[in-house]
Amino acid sequence: MTEAIIRPGSTGHSHGGAEIPLQTRSERLRSANPGDHIAIDGRDEQWRYLDQLRLAGLDTNVLTDAATELVFTAPSEFDLTLVDAKDDLFGTAGLPEDITSANAWAAANKASKITLTGEASEPAILKIADIKADRAAHIIINSKTHSRGTVIIDHTGDAKLAEVVEIIVGDESQLTVVSIQDWNDDAVHTSAQFARIGRNAKLKHIVVSLGGKTVRVTPTAEFTAPGSEVEMLGLYFADAGQHLEHRSYVDHAVANCKSRVTYKGALQGKGAHTVWVGDVLIRKAAEGTDTYELNRNLLLTDGARADSVPNLEIETGEIEGAGHASASGRFDDEQLFYLQARGINELDARRLVVRGFLNEIIQQIGIESIEQRLNEAIEHELTRSNH
Amino acid sequence: MAILQIKNLHVSVETEQGSKEILKGVDLTIRSGETHAIMGPNGSGKSTLAYTIAGHPKYTVTEGEILLDGENVLDMSVDERARAGLFLAMQYPVEIPGVSVSNFLRTAKTAIDGVAPAIRPWIGEVRDAMSNLKMDSDFTERNVNEGFSGGEKKRHEILQLELLKPQFAVLDETDSGLDVDALRIVSEGVNRAKQANGFGVLLITHYTRILNYIKPDFVHVFVAGKIAEEGGPELAARLEAEGYDRYVKA
Ligand SMILES: Nc1ncnc2c1ncn2[C@@H]1O[C@H](COP(=O)(O)OP(=O)(O)OP(=O)(O)O)[C@@H](O)[C@H]1O
Ligand SMILES: [Mg+2]
Repeated sequence: MTEAIIRPGSTGHSHGGAEIPLQTRSERLRSANPGDHIAIDGRDEQWRYLDQLRLAGLDTNVLTDAATELVFTAPSEFDLTLVDAKDDLFGTAGLPEDITSANAWAAANKASKITLTGEASEPAILKIADIKADRAAHIIINSKTHSRGTVIIDHTGDAKLAEVVEIIVGDESQLTVVSIQDWNDDAVHTSAQFARIGRNAKLKHIVVSLGGKTVRVTPTAEFTAPGSEVEMLGLYFADAGQHLEHRSYVDHAVANCKSRVTYKGALQGKGAHTVWVGDVLIRKAAEGTDTYELNRNLLLTDGARADSVPNLEIETGEIEGAGHASASGRFDDEQLFYLQARGINELDARRLVVRGFLNEIIQQIGIESIEQRLNEAIEHELTRSNH
Repeated sequence: MAILQIKNLHVSVETEQGSKEILKGVDLTIRSGETHAIMGPNGSGKSTLAYTIAGHPKYTVTEGEILLDGENVLDMSVDERARAGLFLAMQYPVEIPGVSVSNFLRTAKTAIDGVAPAIRPWIGEVRDAMSNLKMDSDFTERNVNEGFSGGEKKRHEILQLELLKPQFAVLDETDSGLDVDALRIVSEGVNRAKQANGFGVLLITHYTRILNYIKPDFVHVFVAGKIAEEGGPELAARLEAEGYDRYVKA
């Protein structure tokens, strides 16, 4: 377990157990051209936890655009259009930083562009269900100035999909984006999600990864004007043989912005593997930054592995606060004993503890239908476990 | 009328140096309505006895038996024992993050009774029991034992005792860490629950002060893994004055 808080006035890299990246995060190569990216190599920090074979060719195969296979349902405040690289938002939120997202970018000629205007009380839902193998998707989400609303990207069924999502959060807008990975057991999915956040805006970015053989989601958020906030929430539950990887990156490029990153995961079964890497960069100009990132993992059985790496780079001392916490622990048998000593049977006691652990995230999601679906999914996972 | 019998109980724990015997032949019988106090030096095995009755997996019974109304308790899982009517108020209650007290209490009550309690009377019962124990009603929304002070944890244990209504209550140092007022409030809680449900009590303590509130029928001196002497309440007064020297040297 590592825990560190850096208070105003303190400088440098004295932040406890966090790893100092070899290369500063801002220097990582960005390019939409797959040829510019080096092939996957286990020595490369970006790929050190993931066996290339698990990607089933998403990094090397020629992919096909899945744009016409996506199904969109939304209230009238949202609008969906298919756009190409000539669109003025195309490529403005970010560019691929790894080969799978570059491969997706190159293949998906049409992007599904979702535009939010005004205040939507109901969420827009983009269903990506049972799509064919070797697909690529490019999604653009744009909340216009002063708008408010939620977009849910719901991934289910079978898939072999490389995806890029651009999120452009307009000035004074409040946008929630939820990405649910509830795939069938054999699915392979990578998703690079780039958010560019305007002035006095707020993005709540929620990642829920439950199903799929290999899932790698890399959300990044970049502040472009002061007074804004990003809240990144993640929840994952890995079973035997699953690899669920999440790499978040918050770029505090300007002053007076706030970020909170909270990812929690449960693991059970042989070979269940989760990875969380949380990069935060506070640039020289980002005075008054307030950031905290946390990752916790609960290992329910032997044979599961959780990697958890917070990276905090601080280039200015004039900040409000910057901290991180990371811990992975085994299921606590004393908690089980306490609950059983009150008459609660072992399975119910385990459920209570695991749900309690994940509750911190579930309660913050704020979308009832998703909370309910998550509760059911967790229930289902726990009945699946061999206890 | 229920009866809890502990016969020639030997218990070991696994240590790095191999298995180590802690209880070395404990005999004890408790009937409904009786209060038995156990006093003894640190490390003599009092908590081991309490945990073994509750079924903590760390302790292995190598000899002897525990019977509840003739039923073999050692064959039961931890939760079966609780449902059979055994309750342990722990010396160190465990924190359960993310699980609210109200959810925990309702789940436990449902498990013990086999049916969920009717909501309105249950909420009233919880509220009354908490107010008797001078617990703020905010506690129901807090996570189980998380951030509770030592004394608050003990009150929360006795709250469960009042609500779950067992046949036998084992109280492991419930008085430790309580201030004078809290000691009285918690003791009154135990007495109230006992009066209402008539359970038997096994009270583990280092201090005679709690015995002024919860009057024992029997006092057992516990030394080196077994009962070294038994008597009435007067034995407690003598222990307070003389300590355990005479037993330890013997
Ligand atoms: N895992 C273990 N390895 C070695 N010794 C152990 C282990 N667990 C318990 N013991 C020993 O068993 C003995 C009895 O412990 P127990 O907690 O039952 O004592 P106690 O009478 O409740 O003491 P106290 O009054 O301090 O609460 C102690 O000497 C303790 O160190
Ligand atoms: Mg003890």
